[in-house]
Amino acid sequence: MELDPLLLARLQFALNISFHILFPTITIGLAWFLLYFRLRYTLSIDTNGKGDKQWEYAYYFWVKVFALTFALGVVSGVTMSFQFGTNWPGFMETAGNIAGPLLGYEVLTAFFLEASFLGIMLFGKQRVSNRTHLIATTLVAAGTTFSAFWILSLNSWMQTPTGFFMEDGQFQIDSWMEIIFNPSFPYRFFHMLAACLLTAAFLVAGISAYRCLRGVDGPATWRVMRTGIIVAAIVAPIQIFIGDLHGLNTLEHQPAKVAAMEAVWETENGAAFTLFGFPDEESRSTRAAIRIPYAASLVLTHELDGEVRGLNEFEGEHPPVAPVFWSFRIMLAVGFAMLLVSWWAAWTLLRNRDCSPMLLRVLSLMTYSGWVAVLAGWYVSEVGRQPWMIYGQLRIDEVVAAHGGGTVLTTLLAYAALYAFLLVSYIATLRILSLKPAQSLIDTNAGGAPQGGYSHG
Amino acid sequence: MADLLPLFFVFAMGLALFIYVILDGYDLGIGILLPLADEAQKDAMIAAIGPFWDANETWLVLGVGILLVAFPQAHGIVLTSLYLPVTLMLMGLILRGVAFDFRVKAGDDKRALWNNLFFAGSLIASLSQGWMVGAYITGLGNSGLSYLFAALIAISMPALYIMLGSAWLLVKTQGALFQRAQAWARMAVLPMAIALLLVSIATPLVSQLIADKWFTLPNGIGLLPIPLSSALAYAVILWLLFRPADFVEHWAYGWLVYACLVIICIMATLGLAYSLYPDIILGQMTIYEAAASPESLAFVFVGTVITLPLILAYTVYVYRVFSGKLETLNYD
Repeated sequence: MELDPLLLARLQFALNISFHILFPTITIGLAWFLLYFRLRYTLSIDTNGKGDKQWEYAYYFWVKVFALTFALGVVSGVTMSFQFGTNWPGFMETAGNIAGPLLGYEVLTAFFLEASFLGIMLFGKQRVSNRTHLIATTLVAAGTTFSAFWILSLNSWMQTPTGFFMEDGQFQIDSWMEIIFNPSFPYRFFHMLAACLLTAAFLVAGISAYRCLRGVDGPATWRVMRTGIIVAAIVAPIQIFIGDLHGLNTLEHQPAKVAAMEAVWETENGAAFTLFGFPDEESRSTRAAIRIPYAASLVLTHELDGEVRGLNEFEGEHPPVAPVFWSFRIMLAVGFAMLLVSWWAAWTLLRNRDCSPMLLRVLSLMTYSGWVAVLAGWYVSEVGRQPWMIYGQLRIDEVVAAHGGGTVLTTLLAYAALYAFLLVSYIATLRILSLKPAQSLIDTNAGGAPQGGYSHG
Repeated sequence: MADLLPLFFVFAMGLALFIYVILDGYDLGIGILLPLADEAQKDAMIAAIGPFWDANETWLVLGVGILLVAFPQAHGIVLTSLYLPVTLMLMGLILRGVAFDFRVKAGDDKRALWNNLFFAGSLIASLSQGWMVGAYITGLGNSGLSYLFAALIAISMPALYIMLGSAWLLVKTQGALFQRAQAWARMAVLPMAIALLLVSIATPLVSQLIADKWFTLPNGIGLLPIPLSSALAYAVILWLLFRPADFVEHWAYGWLVYACLVIICIMATLGLAYSLYPDIILGQMTIYEAAASPESLAFVFVGTVITLPLILAYTVYVYRVFSGKLETLNYD
């Protein structure tokens, strides 16, 4: 079999970025949860200087998960920063004037901030005042969010490039404001932030539910689960709303992507929504399709007979249909499952009922559901951008590095093996942490905070 | 002004990579030394770098980031030709970085595995970085001689990092571990000197361009402070490492050893900068040819001038918060 270096380079990049995004997705959301736990504790401190320990227990448990997740995000992110040069040198040579500064600002305003204050957040609790520790925690949370801002700005610019002109085969700056706040950026940014909150909410609720099922829970566990459920129940419908706006924006700027998402082959008014089917690019039709009449037009244009442009208008320049079509359906299915489960759980809480074992089991099953939705959503966005690197401007086959297929295959397999090992270790380690008895069950001494300002916890 | 921007950024890049070497160098050195210590000492060694390593590693990201931002034309060439060592380094850094948490959280039966991976990751990253520096100095050549030179620097790098790591342990620890750190430094100090000497001799041999810059008058005389300061700093290190016990208990002892190593690193960086300037890839491309557009550089210049002092300030703050010897240790 002939090894196609372009395909291998794409697979390697996809593998690296898919592995990487799992961890920031959790830390960007979890950082704000941790800040909330710290704030609740701080606000509960009475005149005797005693606060509500349960919020501290919640913080101590989840900051361990945060530290581990953050480390995985950092090291896989370092890999990303090198990948542009090692595998896609043409990208930086043509778009470096724009991509470079956006990435540079991410390092300058976000990476150092979060990395430096993470030390204080994790190990400095006994060495600084409560107030300073709160500030450090806030800065870490803000750092993770700034990081998302810059990288999503760059990604969105690659999807909807504006504010530039071409000179000598290079992208040149016309307006930084138009580049940073390009048309798809606000939608993608808020869609991703909401995804991070949802992912973290289901993670904390799911692991807490698992702890309840295994009988190692305490009051802190219940509060964390409650927090996760309430955040999920509020953010899930907001996320569906933002997703809808994002879809409208994509229809305006990247109609070929939307056509692939919906597997609409011919341009039509009143297009049906295909619930299920097998898109086939050879016959240019969808086999075994189950359709809801007019639904695609209604969702996409908010009109029953709105026009949806079909794939045949973009023949040769549209993304591969089946992966985009399926990823989109997986994302939608998980998203609606999140809505149902979080509302079911919130309804139980509102009526002051205990969570049933059934509900706990479902929540536990949904622990990593955010990962599935986020990956599926990004595949829609990124596979849907093909065959373009920068939409409508630069094709991916123009910028790939000229490595031999064998070299890239070797590194690809090595990365795959390493990531599989790390992912298994990560999930196994979260399970081990989950099975440790809650602090309130083993707490014998008053105060109860872990000793030692230098502990690696 | 337009000509000054590439100069500013090449300075910033050099500064970031220099800071990376002296900071993450001690992390990686301690990782390489890890198998030599007993279990309790392993915990103490990792606690000595735990609050710092993440920010330390970020200097590497900044260095590569500036290469990418300011010199996009060179970024692709450098990283493409260093594809395999970069990949190996990244895998080493991944293993090292995640081992911090996994070794205490993944369960007692996995602890030995993660300690070994911590060591392996640190060693692989150090060797690969040495190889990259070596290949870079030869102008990314691919002759047998270039590879030999790269291999020479690859095996020298761990010696420097072990010295930095030992010095950091002299700063942060006391008691038995302090004494072991001193013993490790005594073992590594001669290999480091041999490695630095060999590199200094080999560099002008592999590159006629560099030889011409150093061995023509009057430049040669003006450059004398570089080898002389290095030799002096080295002599002070030797003197310090063989002091009697009561002398070494002074709080500044470890810092002095570390400072002398930093001086050697500064001199090596200055020497390298002089050897390369104005090229960003020796003999192939100057910093001006590789530079991004002035609009691009100006935009990042503003951000760098504002944020870099802030970054340095809070880096100093974090080091102050965690200053002093390690005290209580608690792992869970």
